[in-house]
Amino acid sequence: MFGLDFPPINEVIRWRDAFGNLNKIGMIAVLASGIAILIFLIASRYNANEAPKGVRNLAEMLVEFIEENIVMQTIGKDGLGWTPFLLSLFIFIYLCNLPGIIPILQMPATGRMAIPLFLSVIVWVVYNAVGIKHQGFIGYFKGIMFPPGVPKPIYLLLTPIELVSTIIVRPFSLAIRLFANMLAGHMLLVTFALLSAAMFEAQTKKFLLVPMGILPMGMLIFLTVFEVLVGFLQAYIFTILTAVYIGGARHPEH
Amino acid sequence: MEALVQVSRLVSELNAADAKAANAAIGAGFAYGLAAIGPGVGIGFVVGKAIEAMARQPESAGMVRTTMFLGIAFTEALALIGFVVFILLGL
Repeated sequence: MFGLDFPPINEVIRWRDAFGNLNKIGMIAVLASGIAILIFLIASRYNANEAPKGVRNLAEMLVEFIEENIVMQTIGKDGLGWTPFLLSLFIFIYLCNLPGIIPILQMPATGRMAIPLFLSVIVWVVYNAVGIKHQGFIGYFKGIMFPPGVPKPIYLLLTPIELVSTIIVRPFSLAIRLFANMLAGHMLLVTFALLSAAMFEAQTKKFLLVPMGILPMGMLIFLTVFEVLVGFLQAYIFTILTAVYIGGARHPEH
Repeated sequence: MEALVQVSRLVSELNAADAKAANAAIGAGFAYGLAAIGPGVGIGFVVGKAIEAMARQPESAGMVRTTMFLGIAFTEALALIGFVVFILLGL
C-alpha cells in the first residue's frame, strides 16, 4: 500500500555475526549470565549484619520473590532447597527477555528456539530425575500412568494421554510458550516500527501520510511498555511451571 | 465469502509456484485467526473467574493470582502453537 515490504524473517531475527560465530543472541546470553553473576557477587560482599542497601537490597528482593511467590506456593516448605535453581532460571530468562526493548540490542535472546529449548531440556531432566529419586523408577511411572481415583476402564484412555503429555508434550510446550511469546512481541515491534518509518519517509501524499505516522508510532510506544510486562510474565511463568513440575514429581497424588 | 471465491479464482490463474505461495499465505492467515478464537475465550473465562474470586475473598488474592497465571499459561499455549504454524507457513 505504501510501498511497504516486510523483510524476510532471517533479516528480522538475525544480526551480523560480530566475531566468528558469536552472533547477537549468543552475545546477549553471555551478557545476561554475566550480569546475573555480577549482581550476586557484589551483593555477597556487603556486610550481612547491617541493614541491606544498594545491590544487596535488589538481590534479597529477588530471592524473597522466588521463595514467597514461587517455591512456597507450589512445592511447599521442604522445597526451599530448589530456590537457587529457580532463581538462576528466572534471572537468566528475564535478562534474556529484556534486550527485546533495549535500544541497539532490540532482540530478545529467547526469541530464537535454541535457548528456550535448551532450558526446557534442563527442566525435563531435572523433574524426571527428582521424580525417580523420590518415588523410585516404578513408582514414578506408575504415578504418571495410573493416577488414583479414576474408574478402571478410563485408564485405557487416560494412560497413553498422561504418559505422552508428561514425558513429551511438557518440555515442548514449555519451550514453545516462551519462544513464541517473545518472537511474537518482537515481530509486533518490527511491524509497527517499519510502518511508522515508511509513513514518515513517504514520497507521495506527504501532507496526509506524515502526520498519520504518529499513530503507529504511538502504538509502538505502547507495545514497548507492554513488552516490559510480557518479558517479566514469561520468565515468571516458565519458573513457576518448573516449580509445579518439580513439586508434582516430589509429592505423588494420593 | 464472495471475496474468498474471488481470491481462489485469482489463485487458480497463477502458475504453480505462485499459487503454492498464495495458498500458504491464505492458510497462514486462517491458521492464526482460527487458533486465536478458543484461547481468547478461554483466557477471558480464566481471568474473569479469577477476578470474581479475588473480589469475593481479597485475602486469598495471592494464591488465586498464581493459579490464574498457570491457567493462562496452559490456555495460551494453543494460540502460540497457532502463531508458530503461522510463521512456518507464511514466511
